[in-house]
Amino acid sequence: MAHRIEVALKPGFLDAHGEKVLKQAREDLHLNNIQAVRTIKVFLVDSDLDDKSLIAMATGPCSDPVIQHYSIDAPMAPQLFDSSAPDWIIEVGYRPGVTDNEGKVAREALELMIGELPSGRGVYTAVQYCIQGPLSREEMEELATGLLCNDLIQRHIVVSFQDLNSLYHQEGSPFYFVPRVTGTTEIVVEQIDLSEMTDQELIELSKNRVLVLNLQEMKILQKHLQDPSVLEERKKMGLGRAYTDLELEALAQTWSEHCKHKIFNAKITYRTPDGEEQIDSLFDTYIRRGTQEIRRKRGEQDWCLSVFKDNAGVISLNEKWNVAFKVETHNSPSALDPYGGALTGIVGVNRDPFGTGLGARLVFNTDVFCFGPPDWDQPLPKGLLHPKRIFEGVREGVEHGGNQSGIPTVNGSILFDERYLGKPLVFCGTGGLMPKKIGDRPSHEKKAQPGDAIVMCGGRIGKDGIHGATFSSEELHEGSPATAVQIGDPITQKKMFDFLLRARDLGLYNSITDNGAGGLSSSVGEMAEESGGFELHLDRAPLKYPGLQPWEILVSEAQERMTLAVPQEKLDQFLALSKKMDVESTVLGTFTDSGKFHCLYNGRTVAYLDLDFVHNGVPQMELTAIWEEPVHPEPDMPEPEDLGRELKKLLSRFNICSKEYVVRQYDHEVQGGSVIKPLTGLMDDGPSDAAVIRPDLERLDGLVVSHGIIPRYSDIDTYHMTMCAVDEAVRNAICVGASLDHMAGLDNFCWCDPVQSEKTPDGHYKLAQLVRANKALYEICTAYGVPCISGKDSMKNDAKIGSVKISIPPTLLFSVIARIRNVEQAVTMDAKEPGHAVYILGITRPEMGASEYFVMNGFIGNTVPMVDIESALARYHALEQAISKGLVASCHDCSDGGMAVALAETAFSGGLGMEIDLDSVLQDQVERLDHLLFSESQSRFIVTVPESDCTAFEDIMADTGIARIGTVTHEPTLRLSSRGAFVVDEAITDLKAAWKQPLDW
Amino acid sequence: MKSQVKAIVTTGYGTNCEREMAHACRVAGADQVDIVHLSDILDGSVRITDYHFLNLPGGFLDGDNLGAAQAGSHRFRYARIAGSGQRLMDQLLEFVEKGGLVLGICNGFQLMVKTGLLPGFDDNYQERLVSLTWNDTGRFVDRWVTCRVPEESRCIFTRGMDSVELPVRHGEGKFVVQDQAILDRIEQENLVALRYVDPDTGEPSAEYPANPNGSVNAIAGICDPTGRLMGLMPHPEAFHHFTNHPRWTRGDCSRNEEGAGLKMFRNAVEYLREHL
Repeated sequence: MAHRIEVALKPGFLDAHGEKVLKQAREDLHLNNIQAVRTIKVFLVDSDLDDKSLIAMATGPCSDPVIQHYSIDAPMAPQLFDSSAPDWIIEVGYRPGVTDNEGKVAREALELMIGELPSGRGVYTAVQYCIQGPLSREEMEELATGLLCNDLIQRHIVVSFQDLNSLYHQEGSPFYFVPRVTGTTEIVVEQIDLSEMTDQELIELSKNRVLVLNLQEMKILQKHLQDPSVLEERKKMGLGRAYTDLELEALAQTWSEHCKHKIFNAKITYRTPDGEEQIDSLFDTYIRRGTQEIRRKRGEQDWCLSVFKDNAGVISLNEKWNVAFKVETHNSPSALDPYGGALTGIVGVNRDPFGTGLGARLVFNTDVFCFGPPDWDQPLPKGLLHPKRIFEGVREGVEHGGNQSGIPTVNGSILFDERYLGKPLVFCGTGGLMPKKIGDRPSHEKKAQPGDAIVMCGGRIGKDGIHGATFSSEELHEGSPATAVQIGDPITQKKMFDFLLRARDLGLYNSITDNGAGGLSSSVGEMAEESGGFELHLDRAPLKYPGLQPWEILVSEAQERMTLAVPQEKLDQFLALSKKMDVESTVLGTFTDSGKFHCLYNGRTVAYLDLDFVHNGVPQMELTAIWEEPVHPEPDMPEPEDLGRELKKLLSRFNICSKEYVVRQYDHEVQGGSVIKPLTGLMDDGPSDAAVIRPDLERLDGLVVSHGIIPRYSDIDTYHMTMCAVDEAVRNAICVGASLDHMAGLDNFCWCDPVQSEKTPDGHYKLAQLVRANKALYEICTAYGVPCISGKDSMKNDAKIGSVKISIPPTLLFSVIARIRNVEQAVTMDAKEPGHAVYILGITRPEMGASEYFVMNGFIGNTVPMVDIESALARYHALEQAISKGLVASCHDCSDGGMAVALAETAFSGGLGMEIDLDSVLQDQVERLDHLLFSESQSRFIVTVPESDCTAFEDIMADTGIARIGTVTHEPTLRLSSRGAFVVDEAITDLKAAWKQPLDW
Repeated sequence: MKSQVKAIVTTGYGTNCEREMAHACRVAGADQVDIVHLSDILDGSVRITDYHFLNLPGGFLDGDNLGAAQAGSHRFRYARIAGSGQRLMDQLLEFVEKGGLVLGICNGFQLMVKTGLLPGFDDNYQERLVSLTWNDTGRFVDRWVTCRVPEESRCIFTRGMDSVELPVRHGEGKFVVQDQAILDRIEQENLVALRYVDPDTGEPSAEYPANPNGSVNAIAGICDPTGRLMGLMPHPEAFHHFTNHPRWTRGDCSRNEEGAGLKMFRNAVEYLREHL
C-alpha cells in the first residue's frame, strides 16, 4: 500500500509560501475573512516500504530536520498552529500522467537508498494548505480553483477540519489517491480509408481527428493513395489503400500551419485602393530576399552563417565564436496552464539553439509577455483565467525554467492590452555560443548519414502534448484537450545538455535536433531530409507509462528530448557516456537513404510514406488581402493644464511602469558575463534599454541583446507598426553601444487568423495587415543592413469563448543581437553627474496616433509615428562612434510615452534632476506642449554628456538632428520650461514613485 | 619551485555556475583548474583528493526540488564511488581531513550545510545543525548586497577583506539554526564569515533589501572552526571584473580595480601556496 509522508515547518519558522497565498487570497480573490495559511508538503510513496526505510525517507530527502518535522500516515494539520486548529484543508496534487518533478526527484532519492523501484511504482507529491478563518466551503472552492489549483493538470480536495480524521483513515481515502496512470489499452493501428469519402466526410474526418487540414489538403491525401505505384510499394510492406492513423497524424502534423507556415508561403493577391499585386510567398519575397540582399552587399564581410534553415539562426560573433539565436512563442498552452505553458516555452526554446548545427552552449534568455490588464475587474468569459493569474503563472514558469537551467534572463518586456485576455503571448528566446569548429567540422553545419543510428535522448514519452502542433494552429474552445498542456523538467534537460555538450566535443554524433512540436515525427522526419530516409521502431521508445498507441508515441510532444544521428562506430561510446552521466538514450532505428518515412511497431510496418510527399506534398494556399486604411476619430481634447500630472499618469501606465517585480525574480547574472543588467542606475532600478553580456570571460568583446514591439500601432497601420518595432530594437541596441554593422534580427509574428472564412469575416483585411508588415520589414531591414536570421509565426491567436471572439492586435516582436567591440565602452541610461549637458537626438513631430498618451485618454487617432530611415541611419552611425569614443555619459531611447518619459527615467534613475528648455527641442509642426512631451516620434534619444566632451560630441553628431536642451542638476527636480515658464516641475522621487507603484506586488 | 595549486570545480545534476567559478580560480592564480562532472568522480576516474581546493558552485542540484540541495546532499551521503565502495561523502571527508580548502557558493553553501560540512563543530562534518531556507519574501531574488567581514572572523577566504558588494541570486538563502545554542557557538567561535549590512551605515541589517532573505544575525556566510571551509550565499565568482558591478558605468567600481569577489579566490590560492 501507499504511505503518506507529511512535512511541515517547525513552529517559529516563517511559512513564506503560506504568507504568499494569504496575501494573494486577500488581494486577488478578496477573501477578506481568511486569517492564516500554513502549508504542508505531502509525499505519497506508492511502494511497500518497511518502517525503517520510511523513516529514512522522511528524515533524509523529504525533510530538513533543522526546520521541519514530519509525520508518517498521520495528518500534520492539527499541529500546525500554535494553539488552535485550522478550519479548512485544501490539498492539491497532480492528475495522472502530469509531470511531477518533485515526485521524480524523491523517487530517485529513494532508489539511492533501497535500489530501483519496480516500474509503475513511484513517489507523488501534493501540497496541503491549512487555512484559518470563518470561511464557507464555497469560498474554499474559490480559493482552490481561483489560485491554488489548475483543474486541467491538478486535482484538489476541500476538507473541513472536523472531517479530516475520519476521511483520512477511511477506506478509499482521497488522501491516499495515487495518481498513477492505470488501465490497459489494446494496441491498435487504425486504418482510415479516404478513397471513397465525399468532401463532407473528408472535412468531418479532419475535424474529428483534430487534423486541422482543409478540404484541398485532404483531397491531396485522398489522391495520393490512388497512385498505383505508391500502392504497389505499400503492398510490399503490408499496407493498403488506407492510411494508418500514424500516417495521417504525421502528415497532419508536418502540414500544419505551425510547421509549414502555409500563410507565409501562400500566393497572395494584394489589393489596395491604388491597385493590385501578386505576391508569391511573403517569406520568400520580403524576409528571405531581404537577408539575401544584405548578405550579398556585405560580400566578404558577411557574418551570417546559417539562416532560416536550422532550429536557430547562426551568425559569426568573432574569430572564435558563433552565436545561435531563436525566439519562440508558447501562447495557447500558456492560456490553459500559464505555469506549465511558460515553463515549457522557455525550456523548449532552449533546445532550439542547442539543436542547431552541432549544438550550442546556451548563454542568454529573453522573454516578452503580452497580457490582459492585471487589474481587470469585468466578468471573464468562461474558460479564461484572470490576467493576473496568467501573469503570475507565466512569470513563475519562466523563472523556474530559466533559473534552474542556469541561463541568465537578460532582456524582456511586458505589455498589456485587453485583447490579450483571450490569448496571452509568451515569447521566449535563447542565444547560444558555439566554437567556430568542432574537431574539423564547422559547428553550424550538420548532416545525418545513411546508416547512422536514430537515438532519442533525455526524457521519456507520455501522452503529454499530443496534438500540440495542430492545436496551436486552432483557436481555443471550451473543449480544448488537456493533453495539450505539458510541464517542463529543467533538470532532466540540464543533465542532458551537460552530456550532449561533452558528446559534441568528442565528435560522437553527426546531427542533432530537438523534439518540439510534432515530436519524433517531426524531429526524425526533418533529420531524414539530410540522409534521405529513416526506419523508426516505435516499440523501442521508452515510455513514462504503458498504454500509448503507436501514433501517440510518434507525435507526442513530451519534453526534454533531443534526437541524434550517431554513427554506428561511435554508438557504444555515446551510450556508455550517456549512462554514466545519468541520461537516458535509446536507439530507435536507423537513418537511411530509402526516400521513405518508415515506422515499425514490433517489426510490423505501421507507416510508409514518401519523404518527399510528407515534406513537399502540401499545396500552396491562395489567399486574398485587401487593404483599406482605417480612419479613427481625431481626439478632441484640450491641452491639459497640469502636464506634470499627465507625466505621472503616463509613468504609472502598465506599459510604461517599472517591471522590477518580475526582473528581480529572474537570474540575470549567472555565467558571470553580465555587463549591462536589466536594472541599472544609482539605486539599481532604472530601466535598461538593452543587455550587454560577455559570454567569453577571457575576451572584452560582447553581445548586445534588445528588442522592439509596439502592437498598438497596428490599429492604424501594421506597416508603421513594423517599422517602429524594428527601429525600437535597433535604437535600444545602439543606446548601449552596439555596432550597427554587426547586428542581426529575429522576427516573431503573432497574428490573428488572416484567412477569410465564416468565422473570420475580416480575414482579407487582417491578411493585408500581414502583407504590409512584411513590406515594412523588408524595407527597414535592408536599409539598416540588419538581416533577419530566423523567425517564427503564430497565426491563430484568436480565442473563441462561447459567442465572443477576441483577436489579439497584430503583434511583431523584433529581437536583435549585435556585437559590441569593447564592453568597457558600454553605456547605461541613467544620468550620471550634475552639470552634464542634456541632448535630444532626432526630430519630434506631432505623431500622436496610437501613442500611450492618446490611448490613456481613450483615443487612437491617425498620425502614427513613421520612421525616417535615412536620417535615423546617419544618427545611429554617429552615435555609435560617439559612444565608442567614450563621450556619452548616458543614453536612453524615447519610446512609449515619448520624450518626457525618457527624460524622467534618465533623471530619476540617476537620482538627479534636470532643467530642460523645451523650446530648444528640434521639432516639426508641433503646436502643443502635450504633443511635444508625449509624441512617440521614432529614432530619438536622450543623451547626457560631460561638459568637457560636448564639443567633440557635437562635432560627431553634427547634421544628424541634435539639440542641447538642458543640464543635469543636483537638485532632484525635473523642470521643463517653455517660454520662460515651468510647465513641468516635479520632484524625481514623486515621478519615480508613480513609475514604481503599479506592479509593486 | 612554488607549489602547484590544483583547484577542482564540481558540476552536474543542475549545477550552473561552474564556468565563472573556474574562471575566478584561474584569474586568482591557481595552476590547474578542472571542471569535473560528478559522474567522473562517481565512476572513479577523478578523485577530489587529488586536488587542494574544492569549489562547490551555485545552481539547482536536482532542481532544488525537495528543497535547496536536499536531494544533492542525499546523493553525497548515499551514492557510492564505483570500484571502491566509498561514499561520495567519504571522499569529501578525506579531502577535508587532508587539509583541503572548500568554498561553497549559493547552492554549494546549501550543500555544505545540508551535508553537515558546515559548521563542522568538533570535527563532526556530517551533522546538520544549521540550514538555508526560503527567503522571507517567498521569492527568488537577484540583487546586489553589501556584506561585511567580521574583524574576528577565522575564515581564510575573507582575510584582509572588510566590506564587499556582491550579487545574491537565490530563493532559499535564509540562514537559520537548529537552536540558540548553535547560533551562540557560531558567534562565539567567530565562524561568521560574512554579514549583510546596510550600505549606508555599514551595520548588520535585518531589513529587506539590505538583508535579502531574513537571515538570522544577518549571516551571509560561515566557515568551519579551521577557517578552511567556507560557504556563502552571495556570489563572489560573479564579481571578477569591474563590468560586473551594477554601477560600474557610474564609476562605482573603477576601471583599474578588479572584481572584489576575486579576493576570496586569491586568498585561497595564497594560503595553499604557503601551506602545501
